[in-house]
Amino acid sequence: MKVKTFRLTLLLSALAAASSAVALALYILGDQLVYYYVPSDIDPHQLPARTLRLGGLVEEGSLTQHHDSEALAFYITDLKTRLPVVFRGIPPALFQEGRGVVAEGRFRTDGTFQASLILAKHDETYMPPYVAKSLQAQHDTPTDTPYDN
Amino acid sequence: MTMPHTPARKKTASPAASLWHWFTPTYFRAVSGRVTPIALVLLLVTLPTGLAYAFFLSPPDYLQGETVRIMYIHVPSAWLALALYGAIAVASGITLTLKLPMAGHFATAASPVGACFTAIALISGSLWGKPTWGTYWVWDARLTSMLVLFFFYLAHSAMTQAFKQQERGQQAASILAIVGALNLPIIKWSVEWWHTLHQPESISFINPSSHIDISMLIPLGLMTVALFSYATIVITARMKLAILQQKWQSLLYQKTRNRS
Repeated sequence: MKVKTFRLTLLLSALAAASSAVALALYILGDQLVYYYVPSDIDPHQLPARTLRLGGLVEEGSLTQHHDSEALAFYITDLKTRLPVVFRGIPPALFQEGRGVVAEGRFRTDGTFQASLILAKHDETYMPPYVAKSLQAQHDTPTDTPYDN
Repeated sequence: MTMPHTPARKKTASPAASLWHWFTPTYFRAVSGRVTPIALVLLLVTLPTGLAYAFFLSPPDYLQGETVRIMYIHVPSAWLALALYGAIAVASGITLTLKLPMAGHFATAASPVGACFTAIALISGSLWGKPTWGTYWVWDARLTSMLVLFFFYLAHSAMTQAFKQQERGQQAASILAIVGALNLPIIKWSVEWWHTLHQPESISFINPSSHIDISMLIPLGLMTVALFSYATIVITARMKLAILQQKWQSLLYQKTRNRS
């Protein structure tokens, strides 16, 4: 075997070994590597006691705010299951009904998720306000355009 | 077709040797003499127009408003950081197997440039995260794997300089670069494999599609060409410098040997 061929074979087999090690590690760690769980991941009969992050969409029409306190209540949905969430504080500007959200906190004994942190998750779509408006006119869907001037 | 700067080959050679010829410093000087002006023209055209579009001519986003303009520096920087690392990994494979000197010079020259653009992607992303997500940083799979890329770049840069003999350093760094390349698919598909706070990719090159309006794609494309041209110019210049330094050092070595 020529020296160069030998080096190449050695390199490729080392690379194959290393990548299978990484692939295996990722496969085993798979569930641990998620940043948040969706409502369907949570067993309603066995709510986890630890602090965790819950993600999904803020269900349309579910958002309520108490007048006196800054408490927000809404449902997080993954369009299969939904879970009630309460939060006291000011959410990020992009937090709205029908949009993505990640809430960090823990379940109370009554099954409500008490969030201590709310993060807005946005999707991969970018467009100017006028395009969003014309899409809204075409489909008659409630596309919010909070940024509009 | 003959290139005016290409030196006439001295020996009649096998295909492997002619591949060697392609990667010699002499040939590199001829190619870089043509590539650099083209990249410079591209940069001078795309950077001003790209910035003008990014800051003034492109519309705000329907959700994010003006902060969407961070995308025009964040996304091209991240693409460049990934592309450069991929190129360094390929060059490292060539360094280890075929031992072509220009491959090592390329990896050494490109590494700090890639580190800079990884840092730009991380910092601009952080500044973009605060007004949109509500946080500067989260340890989700995309952000963490990108930070790992930054550390691989730093380690690679350091290792190329870690040995007195440059060649030894480049070989050691090559192994690191190839191992680190396993991180590239993780970065790319992290947003699909796991739930991340970072949104999925807007543009797919595999089956061409885009979730970005055309008015925003124009500045994104211009800035991408600008940054890639800039990287080409800088890396080529650094490679030229490396060749000169090597020549200088061998001259010094000869001189000291003659004296003693």
